[in-house]
Amino acid sequence: MLFRPELIISELYQLLLIGALFIQIVAKRSWMPRVEQWLPWGAGVGIFLSIPSMESSGIMFNGAYCVDHLSQFFKLTLSLGFAVAVLNAIRQPTLKREKRCEYFMFMAISVWGLMILSSAVELITIYLALEIASFSLFPLVPLRSDDKMAAEAAVKYIFFGVAATAIGLFGFSFILASQHTGYLIDLAHKSWSWSAAPMAVAGMTLFLCGMLFKLALFPFHFWAPDVYQGAGNETAAYISTMPKVGAVVVLIRLTDLFRPGLEITTILAVLSALSMTYGNLAALVQTDVKRLLGYSTIAHAGYVMVGLVAGTQEGLAGAAFYAFVYVLMNFTCFWVLCRVASDGRNLELNDLNGLSRRAPGLALILTVGAVALVGLPPTAGFMGKFFLLTAAWNRGYNWLVVIAAANVAVSLYYYLNLIRHAYGEDEPRRAPAEMTGPVFNLLWGALLAALLILLGIVPGPLFSLAAGPSA
Amino acid sequence: MQGIDFPVLTPLIFLPALACVILFFIRGERVVRIFTLAVLILELLFALPLLRFRLNTPDFQFVERITWVKEWGLEYYVGIDGIGILMVGLTLIIFPLCVLCSWSSITARVKEFHFCILFLCSACVGLFSALDFLLFYLFWEATLIPMYLIIAVWGGSDRHYASLKFIIYTLAGSALLLVGIIAFRIVGGTFSIPDLMRGDFPFGFQVWTFLVMAFAFAVKVPMFPFHTWLPDAYTEAPVAGSVVLAAVLAKMGAFGFLRICLPLAPQASQYLAPMMIALSIASVLYCGMVALGQSNIKKIIAYSSVAHMGFVTLGIFLFNLRGCQGALFQMVSHGITTGALFMMAGALYERSGDYEVKQNLGLGKYLPAFMGLWGLMAFAGFAFPGTNNFVGEFLVLVGAFEKNIWVGALVIPGALLAAAYMLRPTQKMAWGGPSSVKGWDDLKIREWSYLLPLAFLVLYIGLAPGLLFKVMNPTLENLLAEFKTQSPVAEPFFGPRPETSVRSDKAARIKERQEP
Repeated sequence: MLFRPELIISELYQLLLIGALFIQIVAKRSWMPRVEQWLPWGAGVGIFLSIPSMESSGIMFNGAYCVDHLSQFFKLTLSLGFAVAVLNAIRQPTLKREKRCEYFMFMAISVWGLMILSSAVELITIYLALEIASFSLFPLVPLRSDDKMAAEAAVKYIFFGVAATAIGLFGFSFILASQHTGYLIDLAHKSWSWSAAPMAVAGMTLFLCGMLFKLALFPFHFWAPDVYQGAGNETAAYISTMPKVGAVVVLIRLTDLFRPGLEITTILAVLSALSMTYGNLAALVQTDVKRLLGYSTIAHAGYVMVGLVAGTQEGLAGAAFYAFVYVLMNFTCFWVLCRVASDGRNLELNDLNGLSRRAPGLALILTVGAVALVGLPPTAGFMGKFFLLTAAWNRGYNWLVVIAAANVAVSLYYYLNLIRHAYGEDEPRRAPAEMTGPVFNLLWGALLAALLILLGIVPGPLFSLAAGPSA
Repeated sequence: MQGIDFPVLTPLIFLPALACVILFFIRGERVVRIFTLAVLILELLFALPLLRFRLNTPDFQFVERITWVKEWGLEYYVGIDGIGILMVGLTLIIFPLCVLCSWSSITARVKEFHFCILFLCSACVGLFSALDFLLFYLFWEATLIPMYLIIAVWGGSDRHYASLKFIIYTLAGSALLLVGIIAFRIVGGTFSIPDLMRGDFPFGFQVWTFLVMAFAFAVKVPMFPFHTWLPDAYTEAPVAGSVVLAAVLAKMGAFGFLRICLPLAPQASQYLAPMMIALSIASVLYCGMVALGQSNIKKIIAYSSVAHMGFVTLGIFLFNLRGCQGALFQMVSHGITTGALFMMAGALYERSGDYEVKQNLGLGKYLPAFMGLWGLMAFAGFAFPGTNNFVGEFLVLVGAFEKNIWVGALVIPGALLAAAYMLRPTQKMAWGGPSSVKGWDDLKIREWSYLLPLAFLVLYIGLAPGLLFKVMNPTLENLLAEFKTQSPVAEPFFGPRPETSVRSDKAARIKERQEP
């Protein structure tokens, strides 16, 4: 079947939102309701639309677009993440009022691209979806008003991004030349060992660079800390979370191609180990909170790769579970940071001092988020790590498991530092900026934190959702 | 399990956790304290059904088993045996006293403090009754953050350094513990500890899983080379924090050795026992000597605590009934005695504002009741006959001599050191001069209320230890019997053991079992 609209309700709805945002851009500035009034509701409806379509499955566009359990799970994750990102950014202090519509439209397009990405099963389709998702992200970074750092970050992001894309495309040409197909389902039956198909392996390695750039896996991580630091807090929250989800879904699809023992798999395992070690060690010395979380993202890219390298049903489901949980825990931490930085400045660790007195609720939410990022029980972060490590061990990657476990211990220091500053240190002498909207601040953050704990205590349903009916 | 019509352990585990949530809606410092105390006393009442514990069986009792995450074989599986019940009992007694002893010393962020205490109580009870390996780990980790906060927020002047050292040490240990747990899940096929106890694992596998798990437990106990976090943490923590650390959290490590290392990796335990025994003796002697050189009361108690725990690990790795009985007995006694000593140090600090011995001289004349109780606890601390520690330490010594006369001979100086490092500060505190204690109050009613129960236990357990033995004996006998059948009988005490021969041993043993 070429086209079946009932299968892609989430994508169509997202397109509808983009259309509505576009109309609002070209319409008069006094158009009512204003974007911040209706968009959160619109994004919220998106979550509920993606839930009933969990069960749908089918193939479209001559086999290039596959709606299956995996894609639907990720679309749910993406629409949830979009809703949180919109809520988080809706009161953004560093965004000029007249640019709000554009900002949210680009964000919506990016999510739309990621949704397509999660269903793409053909290399050129993957490439196109990835470009939709990336190029719409580039304008988000410099929209932080009158900030030279933001402009610098944007330039960095674009240059690195375009270079990664070009390399990916170059690799794609190699694959096509040697394997004569771009469909993953056909590629899975070809040989992917260096001795049998060196050109294809080289091409796939280059193609993967594009994905790993999105995931900010070592050594494709250089852009991440700078971009996060330069971009607005809310933008950084989005960039550090959602594109990762897209990269994870593509890598899950690509793992059909790799078997343990293959050169590519080994390379990925090594990169995973390097990424988490480097990310955690570099994060230890950071004082800018966003930069710290940037390095933590690099480490988390390494953790997700552990499940992907394992490649078993359990490992992939574990990676999907972890991606979902990562969206939650990263947004939980950024939620607090965005609320604390009520004037939109970059937070230093010392700005968190005495948070437990100024805003006890936010301090508790930050604690839950940080504890989840470390991977301590009873949060979902622990369950995610546990699933990943078990899967990798089952596949014989013992060394990787040991490195990951050691990394958890290292990472504890800087996450705990957040908690220490919030609870242990006294308030700064100069009075911090007043935080607005306490109910709004607390409600959604508390919801995210509660979800993290709930999924840590009852991970079963979400995991079976991630694993799909086949498990 | 017959005769269990309602869950006993689940309410015990989750009552304090539930109270944590309610605590958020309570205002007023005094109300928070009274509420927490009431919850912990209610918790004691909830524990009354545990009195139906049957003494004639080594089985796990009060078992509850519910599937948790089916795909990964996780279960909510709890139950206690003769070891678990003693530890749960110790936990339940210590926690309400902690609230009492920090009644006036904790004045800032009272609600958060009691939140941590209640959360810790939940986690500790859960840990001592967990029979699912991963559940065990969950509770193990759940103790970390509240303990960290207790040290980091309410601690002394050097609290940041101490709390960080504490958590990095323990987390490094527990990260490896998780690796061990995953390894057992994949090789043994289950997380259920009782099922894993029946399993027979290859020798090489046992050795390295033993090492990673023993590292986690040794840090927590702590044993000699891994003890360096302890003096800082114990000294900087607020009184209740030191008490919980010494009385309950240290037991988690020893409990782990008994519950997990011995039954799950018996051959490796046997093989590595010389190392563990050596480290235990080093703990006893080295930390005893360091304690002798301290001038800070809390530091003396902290180092003496390491030395006492050395007796515990020594007893465990002797693999004879006397040694294990002594170890378990010492675990209970150490909790009571060291807890009481820390509480009294805290009471002294409230008067003098200093933990240095030289600031607390000549108490005998002005604070006779305090000094009398301190004397009792100090005597118990060096295992004076008639006190609880004597029974435990004596049994460990008997076990040590049973095993090997040199092992016994090596620990004897440790017992002497204990007398020296406890009596030296006691003498100075009682009669030393010049005294600055004029005008200090003797024990208040609140202080009596948390010291008397402990003093009673010191004497009761010391003079009538029979009950404890009745509780622990069936479990320990069973543990050792299982252990003897699983570990090779003719084990060379020293020297390497090639893996291949063990494998063939194992094959022969399996054959033997199948044939008759």
